Parts: sequence; structure tokens; C-alpha cells
Amino acid sequence: MENFKAVIEALILASEAPLALEKICVILENVEKAEVKKAIEQLIVEYNERQSGICLAEVAGGFQFRTRSELSPWVKKLKGTKSASLSPAALETLAIVAYRQPIVKAEIEDIRGVDVSAPLRGLLDKKLVRIVGRKDVPGKPIIYGTTKKFLEVFNLKDLSELPTLRELKEISEQKEPELVTEPELIEDCSNT
Amino acid sequence: MADETTDYAIKLDIFEGPLDLLLYLIKKNEIDIYNIPVALITEQYLQYLKIIKSLNLDLAGEYLVMASTLILIKSKMLLPVPDEPSAEENDEDPRAELVRQLLEYQTFKEAATALEARPLLERDVFARSAPIDDKVEKSTEDEDELIEVNVFELIEAFHRLVSRIDKKELLEIDLEKMSLTDIINDVMERLTREKNLTFEELLGERIDRRRIIYTFLAVLELIKMKMVKAYQTSAFGVIRIFPAVES
Repeated sequence: MENFKAVIEALILASEAPLALEKICVILENVEKAEVKKAIEQLIVEYNERQSGICLAEVAGGFQFRTRSELSPWVKKLKGTKSASLSPAALETLAIVAYRQPIVKAEIEDIRGVDVSAPLRGLLDKKLVRIVGRKDVPGKPIIYGTTKKFLEVFNLKDLSELPTLRELKEISEQKEPELVTEPELIEDCSNT
Repeated sequence: MADETTDYAIKLDIFEGPLDLLLYLIKKNEIDIYNIPVALITEQYLQYLKIIKSLNLDLAGEYLVMASTLILIKSKMLLPVPDEPSAEENDEDPRAELVRQLLEYQTFKEAATALEARPLLERDVFARSAPIDDKVEKSTEDEDELIEVNVFELIEAFHRLVSRIDKKELLEIDLEKMSLTDIINDVMERLTREKNLTFEELLGERIDRRRIIYTFLAVLELIKMKMVKAYQTSAFGVIRIFPAVES
């Protein structure tokens, strides 16, 4: 196939959700994965170079065309969306879930020092957080984790792209070494 | 101190909890978080609680728990340190646990800010089709997300409307001739033009009992003839009427 780069471009545009590299490979059949990847990288550069209104972003384990953030005032005018921004309480709760997942509600409350029922419910409603299982301790508390939509909304390739918690590391190094030990977690829940 | 009360008032609703309030106090006093003067902080903390109470704001229980923790730490620190040369003095600092909590909370507070600063979908960046937005606007396509309403719900909406009319108006004698066919035609015409309308919108300005009844009958008739469909986005939500043969 000669111009598979154009095919990739078309596939990404036509896809509703971020399109995974693997899926592109399945469709293209005879093209090496490395070549597909290279073509995507070229596309990304091309869109950047010609100062286009859209860019090819790698989010939530796939690729998606998105408008450039500088252009949001115009796009907002078109869509008339009132960006439903998250409250500080919701954002803090979400940050804790994102970094500490899988996590139970009591652990989030320990960190925030306040009840998190309301923000947690809001995050579940917004599908940014989901229930991933139940912890095998008395009371079987619900374990929470972030969703794929969380990655999409926050423009993240995957969870590893979350900025590192710089300060927490510093603390654990100098002050409380036992802080490094993670709470006991159920392994098999993380991927359900 | 007096002029700071206004400062308090402004800050109150910004606090996300006792830890947040403590962090604010630490920052305001430019205190080293590893060496908190507990007496000072406790005093200021309690002052804030007083103000919250005086403003009749709901004081979350967590704030009181923190107050007692602070007082406990303060009293522990007042106790004379035993002379025995115990090796791990650091661990015995009654403030250690609080400091750990504060630092941890601070970290996530910063992480939350960092998350918020990212280019967010549907705020800063937009994808071609936005499956992110779950709320149903005035769209005619997303019929899956709309609940088809039954006659009872329509009747209820009708009841609500009728009970809202001014009693006086009911006494007026309406000489305007009205026929069901006219209203049906009118409704259909408006629906094809506007794509979808609520029952209220269908009535327009002319809210009188006869008009409501005729419009209601017209809608029921049209539903029966499968000319229109009535949907609502949630139970007890606004009922919207769509032309059945749209696309």
C-alpha cells in the first residue's frame, strides 16, 4: 500500500473515539506496526507545521483529531457549551483517585480530611471515576479508579502521563519512609 | 486583628476542609510546615471556627475534630519531655502525624491544580464528535437518551398548566372560535418549523383554559395518529414534542 498515511488520517478522522494504534494495524493488514507509528508521527508533525486549526493528539490510548486549545474561544461560540468545570472538591477528589487508584472512599477522606460522598458521586455521574471492585476487607468497601473518559477529558495518553507527585516523593524520602508503602490493594481489580 | 475579619469572611467558603484551612494559616503566617507553632495555629484556627459559627454557616464535623486534634497536640507539647535518652525523638513529635497529613493533602491540592491546568476536552480542546457531553440539548437525533412519555405524564403536565392559570381569567368569556382541526394544523405547522417544542411553548402566550384543552387534545390526537412523538429527558422532566416523520 503506497499512501497508507492518508488512510490512517482518514481512519482517525472517521473514528468516534480515540483510535488505537493496534486497531489501525488490524485495518491496514499488511503494514508494519512501526511504519504505522512512523506515519502517525509524521502526521502529527505535519499538522503542527502548517499551523493548522486542528492537531492530532494521542489520548486515552489512541489518536484523535482535536482543535487547538488557543482556538477554544471560537469553538465555544459555535458549540455554545458552558464548560461544566469541576469544583475544587471534585478536582481534589479526582486527583487523589487518579494518583492513588485503586482506592476506597475512606482513604480519599483520610487525605482530604472531609467527607467526599458528594464530589465522588459527581465524578461517577460524569463518568470520570468508576467502581473497579470491592476491597477484600471487612465491610467490603467499594474501590474506585479513573475511567478512559478521564484520560480523554484531561488529554492524557495513559495514567503514566500524569505529572509526578514531586513533593510527595521528597517527603517520603526525607521524613516518613513508611509512606512509600502502598496500602494493600487487590490486584485483579485494577483491570476490570 | 479587627481588620482581618473581612479577610476571614472572604476566605471562608474557599476552604475545602480543615486541612485546607490549616494550610492557609500556615502559609499566611509564613510558618515552616515541619515546625508548626501549635499554640499560635490552634488559636487562629479556633478563631476561624468562631467566625464560621457567628456567620451561622454549617460547621462540618471535621472542623471540630481537627480542633480537638490541635488542642491534643498542643497539650502533649506542653508536657515535660522525659529525661530518658530515648533514641527516636523525631517519631515522638506529637505534630508528626498532622504534618504528614498536611503535606499529603497539599500535594494532592497541587495535583488537582495541575490537572485543571491541562487542556481539557470540551473546554480548551474539542474533538470532531463529542461523545463526552452526556446532557441532551434540543437535539432531535439522540432519541435513545430521551424517554418516551406516556399519556399519564402528558396529563400531569396538562394539570400543572391548568392549575397555573389565573382564576380570574377563567371567568372571561372567550368568543374566539376554536376548532380542534385548526389547532392540530397549527401544532403540526409549528412543529415542522421549530423541530421540537414543549407543551408550554406550543401554547405560547395565549394561556386560557380552552386553549390548553384544545392544544392538549390536539397533541393527544396527533400522538394517536403517530404524527408526533412526546419525549422527556428524565422522569418529571420537561416534555418535548417532536414531529414523528422528521428525517
